Amino acid sequence: MATTAQGERVRPVAVTSEPDPSQVPLRRLWRVKWGVAAAVILLLIVASAIFAPLVAPADPLAVNIRHRLAPPVWMDGTAAHLLGTDQIGRDLLSRIIWGGRISLLVGVAAVLVSTTIGVLLGLAAGYCGGRTDWTIMTIVNVVLTFPFVLLALSVIAVLGPSLVNMIIVLGVAGWPIYCRVIRAETLAMREREFVVAGRALGMSHARIVFRQIFPNVLSPMVVIATLQVAQVIILESFLSFLGLGVQPPTPAWGNMLGEGRVYMLNSWWIAAFPGAAIFVTTLVINLVGNALRDWLDPHMKL
Amino acid sequence: MRRYLGRQLVQLVVVIVGISILAFSILHVIGDPVVLMVPETAPKEEHERIRKVLGLDQPVWVQYWKFASRAVRGDFGKSWYGDVPAFGLVLERMPPTIYLTLAGLGVAMLIALPLGTLAALRRHSIVDNLCTTVAVAGQAMPIFWLGIMLIIVFAVRLRLLPASGYGTWQHFLMPAFTLGAFLAPITMRLVRSGLIEVMNMEYIKTARAKGVGERLVVLKHAFRNACIPVITVLGLQFGQLLGGAIVTETVFAWPGVATLTVESIRNQDFPVVQCAVVLLALIIVAVNFLVDMIVGLIDPRIRVGA
Repeated sequence: MATTAQGERVRPVAVTSEPDPSQVPLRRLWRVKWGVAAAVILLLIVASAIFAPLVAPADPLAVNIRHRLAPPVWMDGTAAHLLGTDQIGRDLLSRIIWGGRISLLVGVAAVLVSTTIGVLLGLAAGYCGGRTDWTIMTIVNVVLTFPFVLLALSVIAVLGPSLVNMIIVLGVAGWPIYCRVIRAETLAMREREFVVAGRALGMSHARIVFRQIFPNVLSPMVVIATLQVAQVIILESFLSFLGLGVQPPTPAWGNMLGEGRVYMLNSWWIAAFPGAAIFVTTLVINLVGNALRDWLDPHMKL
Repeated sequence: MRRYLGRQLVQLVVVIVGISILAFSILHVIGDPVVLMVPETAPKEEHERIRKVLGLDQPVWVQYWKFASRAVRGDFGKSWYGDVPAFGLVLERMPPTIYLTLAGLGVAMLIALPLGTLAALRRHSIVDNLCTTVAVAGQAMPIFWLGIMLIIVFAVRLRLLPASGYGTWQHFLMPAFTLGAFLAPITMRLVRSGLIEVMNMEYIKTARAKGVGERLVVLKHAFRNACIPVITVLGLQFGQLLGGAIVTETVFAWPGVATLTVESIRNQDFPVVQCAVVLLALIIVAVNFLVDMIVGLIDPRIRVGA
């Protein structure tokens, strides 16, 4: 009787708070299916960037003034330039393929930097607690208050625009997000039995943190890192768009978009396609990140 | 409430000091102002002389103290370009930025509130799936590209709206929409999840049991409580909103603080950059503080729990 009564009490809640139970796995599969599709597209983008010299139909730096501002092939363009050419006749498609190298390189490198800083400080704040925790979290709050864009802009202003500087800036500016999440996870982990047992067995702090706690914070770390790559790519292209990032003639999606803006009156494609490349890339990265989250831990709150 | 206020105030002061250190170190620790000001070919004595004039030969903390005590009085030094105080220059450009931010916030609400509510009430319907799709796509959208696409379509092709500038209400439409599109996805998700959570509460059932109409239940009983997380997160996201405004301004040549900052960075006009960074950060901190206070007033659980 008690069980049925309990069952009856639980049921209406379950029905209203969750969708039809038979739909849940289907829905999750639906999401992960999109993630898999996105992952395939992402792999194609990454591959075309890595093998750019083989894939690109033309030299991204080859100037051809006579074919300048040529429209894409479906607008009376030539098959030689599928997406048309820019203001000095460089092949747009080849430049976009080569530009992917910059965006992906900056995205991954900057995320590696910020993951390292953020995870180490997050583990320290969560595990040590007390004054260490307070100091680290105050720094996190100060950096989080600053708009990411403003911070990156002002540091680039002093350091000067270059690829390495941009990786450093975006990497150093991005760590607080990791720090906050990892700290919360570590705090929850610190009081768990296996950690207490480890301490009772006389394990060193370093061993407890890196061998016992760290493996347990890997899932949120991977998910944030994936989603952050997309954010960094958008920010990198914005800096390049302003002329404060990768310098021309090196093709990067951002600086192509910035150069194309001048010609948007007559030749919209110069600005449109590099932007579309940014959009598609960040979209598939986000989809992969969401799928990863659902797959690793559907209850993860990120 | 008084203890809550006190704790928040302490944190506020710490964050402000932190921001001033950050702004100070941008110029004095990462870079050397003298190298930036004096041509490389100038003799070494000239470098030393200017270093003395600017007080850069003193220990770092003395320099920071000077910077901070002047900044408190609104003195950030003169622009290295035009011989005018940086503070006035930045202040002059503040109103357009604030108007743009508010307009963007308004657009985001106009998109997010109805869509988020509909998605929450009709979960897993076409509307809900559409909202999820829009939200995922919106979060991946580089808004400077969105802005340029809008200009190409509405200003260049259709000739309906001005491509850039400031003044009439037509000038507001595209920038406000661009900024709104930046903020709408996260707001929509918050409204949806907040409302879903609230709709499962006991008091909603009570209201329904009393025979209150469904429309009133949603709009009056549920919506108010669903607003709390939305306000909190939006307040915390205010910095990101201003960041979005910076991006939007540069696309539409909007005469706000962001355009000024980017210009000053290109000209290496550091007093102006410092001043703009500090003032923008102060606005963000103030908004965060106000939001904390409002939420603390609305919801007693927060001021006791935190």
